[in-house]
Amino acid sequence: MNLLIILISSMLVNNFVLSRFLGICPFLGVSKRTDTAMGMGLAVIFVITISSAFTYMIYTFLLVPLHVEYLYNIAFILVIAALVQMLEMVIQKVSPTLYSALGVYLPLITTNCAVLGVAVLNMQEGYNLIESVVNGFAASAGFALGITLFAGVRERIADNRILRAMEGFPIAMISAGLMAIAFFGFKGLI
Amino acid sequence: MSKLTAGLKRGILDENPVFVQVLGMCPTLATSTAAINGIGMGLSVTVVLMCSNLLISLLRNVIPNKIRIPAYIGIIAAFVTVVDLFLQAFFYDSLYKALGLYIPLIVVNCIILGRAEAYASKNDPVSALFDGLGNGLGFTLALTILGAIREFLGAGSIFGLQILPENIPAIIMIMAPGGFIVLGILLAVFTHLKSRPRKESKA
Repeated sequence: MNLLIILISSMLVNNFVLSRFLGICPFLGVSKRTDTAMGMGLAVIFVITISSAFTYMIYTFLLVPLHVEYLYNIAFILVIAALVQMLEMVIQKVSPTLYSALGVYLPLITTNCAVLGVAVLNMQEGYNLIESVVNGFAASAGFALGITLFAGVRERIADNRILRAMEGFPIAMISAGLMAIAFFGFKGLI
Repeated sequence: MSKLTAGLKRGILDENPVFVQVLGMCPTLATSTAAINGIGMGLSVTVVLMCSNLLISLLRNVIPNKIRIPAYIGIIAAFVTVVDLFLQAFFYDSLYKALGLYIPLIVVNCIILGRAEAYASKNDPVSALFDGLGNGLGFTLALTILGAIREFLGAGSIFGLQILPENIPAIIMIMAPGGFIVLGILLAVFTHLKSRPRKESKA
């Protein structure tokens, strides 16, 4: 039950992009087309779910016993950067099809603040291993949902005539704001 | 000296990280719920940016080219930890609680890594320091403007000073959607202002 609450809360109610403002850079940058947005979303789900487990283990079995919890930030970002590099190599070797689908997005993910954000949130909330992984999966699935829907909205906008000054980022921001209002509807779920 | 002031002006106005380059959106949107939070976040980023620019510029001939990005991230993360602990010790109730998660996330702020890669790794320490100061102040300025507008519309106050009566403001402006909408409109205004003089000079 607890896990279900974490799942719904991270995916819909506290949606990572639309209510916590994490991962805005890829959200605005890679959302011009639905298929690339979906690719990015899948890559993010993949990396965040795995990195939640890894950062949890690094924190619990390395930083806490050594009493250097304050180094969490340095440790997490280096683990994430190394993990992304490693995943890229492993996927390339094991599954060339998956690599050709996700490959372009993987290096970009290191600087996606959602990855570090999930790691820090898991730590602050004191989640155990399973809760951390579920939270990571739910948060990134929320990101994937958000970016795919947003790409659909932007595809529609692209065909319309809008004010010159509003083209590009400004109109994208305002549509994201309207989407965020729509996501308020999930607030009653919990 | 003129090179240094040019570096400052470039960071604050011509290449403002938020309004012109549209970088560092996560903290911009998340921490601009009130003017004072915007200043706090902006100054934290400024400190990290100046320190990391200075150190990276000093080490620019020592760090091997191939591993420069992990090295930069390590340096930035170290300074962010310093700022994090400093705020936790001295500004716990006022700023640390409000900024919360977004202080450790300064590490992945693209402005900092962007300046390290684009400027500090190629220039002398003093101009790198001023470049960091300029960009940091530009970021602070943008966050403060955004924070003041959202605070006025959403809570009816500026810097905590109540201006509008309690029940008039639209609370949505200090919640998530308001951030997107206000920033979108501000960006449109800036694009419009920037495109106007260029047309006149062409004519």
